[in-house]
Amino acid sequence: MNELTEFTLAEARDGLAKKQFSAVELTQAHIDRIAKSSALNAYVLETPEKALEMAAASDAKINAGEARPLEGLPIGVKDLFCTKGVRTTACSNILGDFIPPYESTVTQNLWDDGAVMLGKLNNDEFAMGSSNETSRFGPVVNPWKANGTELVPGGSSGGSSAAVAARLGIAATATDTGGSIRQPAAFTGTVGLKPTYGRCSRWGIVAFASSLDQAGPITHTVRDAAMMLQSMASFDKRDTTSVERAVPDYEAALTGDIKGLRVGIPAEYRVDNMPAEIEALWQQGIDWLKAAGAEIVDVSLPHTKYALPAYYIIAPAEASSNLARYDGVRYGARKNGTDIDDMYAQTRAAGFGDEVKRRVMIGTYALSAGYYDAYYVKALQVRRLIAEDFTKAYEKCDVLLTPTTPSAAFPIGKNIEDPLEMYLNDVFTVTVNLAGLPGISVPAGVDGDGLPLGLQLIGQAFGEETLLRSAAVLEEAAGFDAQPQDWWSA
Amino acid sequence: MSVDEKMVRRIANLARIGVTDDELPALAKELSAILGFVEQLSEVDTDGVKPLTSAVENKIRGREDVVSDGGYAQDVLANAPEKDDEYFSVPKVVE
Repeated sequence: MNELTEFTLAEARDGLAKKQFSAVELTQAHIDRIAKSSALNAYVLETPEKALEMAAASDAKINAGEARPLEGLPIGVKDLFCTKGVRTTACSNILGDFIPPYESTVTQNLWDDGAVMLGKLNNDEFAMGSSNETSRFGPVVNPWKANGTELVPGGSSGGSSAAVAARLGIAATATDTGGSIRQPAAFTGTVGLKPTYGRCSRWGIVAFASSLDQAGPITHTVRDAAMMLQSMASFDKRDTTSVERAVPDYEAALTGDIKGLRVGIPAEYRVDNMPAEIEALWQQGIDWLKAAGAEIVDVSLPHTKYALPAYYIIAPAEASSNLARYDGVRYGARKNGTDIDDMYAQTRAAGFGDEVKRRVMIGTYALSAGYYDAYYVKALQVRRLIAEDFTKAYEKCDVLLTPTTPSAAFPIGKNIEDPLEMYLNDVFTVTVNLAGLPGISVPAGVDGDGLPLGLQLIGQAFGEETLLRSAAVLEEAAGFDAQPQDWWSA
Repeated sequence: MSVDEKMVRRIANLARIGVTDDELPALAKELSAILGFVEQLSEVDTDGVKPLTSAVENKIRGREDVVSDGGYAQDVLANAPEKDDEYFSVPKVVE
């Protein structure tokens, strides 16, 4: 492995500041590594020329003593973020070769802070999936293998998680609607942070379910996640749900001190058939936090069981509305038909994959006359009960500790034919989206096959500082330093 | 709740997704399975519970009613599958 690709974001920042290497050298090392890693299928578009141009500009800034917070740090961007002049497809055929004439707020924030774009990362089509197998560009392969079997990297941000784990970018942007940052992070031994709803602007991010979608980073460490969020978060008047609230200094929150912190353990997360290894890791996490001075509190989130069913009405309903815009008129790939209605139908039949069609149709049904109250309104009522469960729990504790996923990464092809089985991957993560809270997955151990497992911490709304501080303590105690064997370099 | 092929046809039409007759049986089965799963929600007593549409209480901000953006038709049209001058072009709608 080239040593220039072994750094965390914080280490690379320090190395650049000390002029141990240049931004162009750092970027070139990642470009070279990406070029040899096509077996992983993590990138759907590489932008090496743009990356080197940005890196050269960063070197000039560093040499002039004007380095910005992420100056010269090469990262990957999920293909759900619109990037000006660079093809953006949400990994769906229906977007064709769409080239955005504008930049998403989150990526603009990153470029304004000096970050360097290596390219666009694979994801499940429109971020609908938990395995990165529904992409128009084909599945991403997890850098981690068990017994020679190829595994999924999680989803929908599977390109982001695989790229960070395989060191094809020091960090990556991602999005999370029901677990799409935290579950892939858990499957790849990386850190995944979903901020509070409203913390990062959704402007310029391809919409899936607008009341749930939130951007966040996938990184090697909790400190790196703090650095990325610092840049990604902002108030943006172009997103009506963006919250006007100052962005605190997240790195400064990493004091290592959680004495007296009250950590809630929700009884309902002890689900049937949970593998003993995950149960044991959870207990280990409790012991680690207790040893660091935290107080462990038993709490109850009684409506947890209804989170997935509510999500599978609310998210498809919002998706059916959001995806109505893909009609073959203004952008994307058009299929001609016998008349304009047939053109819409043929365009959408050819452009959407099976999972997207299923969700648009479920959403259309749930919103249609005669079913709206029974499905959609009912799901929104249950959503309130789920959010209130958290409010009550937070009267007794400051953060919650749970497993991130009910299993380690599974083989490619294992669950793709059974949508319901696939949906169960998000059982521990989806409640957080429904309640709009921040959550983070930290790599905490490995299973019997040597595959990474994650623990999740859930914070209070806009409680990212406490969340990151707790996560850094958990990370330190776990001391996770396993690496995937490099089998993919060509 | 299960949906039959006739209902799938109706939903597909509302969603403007072309579906062939061959695809109907599998879709009816898949959609019925998902609806069966969400059926659990009926166990929850939601009498008097106000629906939650947004997780973060946030007043929608107003803005001044002035033209603040626009004037770049070619950017807007740049990705159009078919265009004519400054217009999107579609199959004839009115005979």
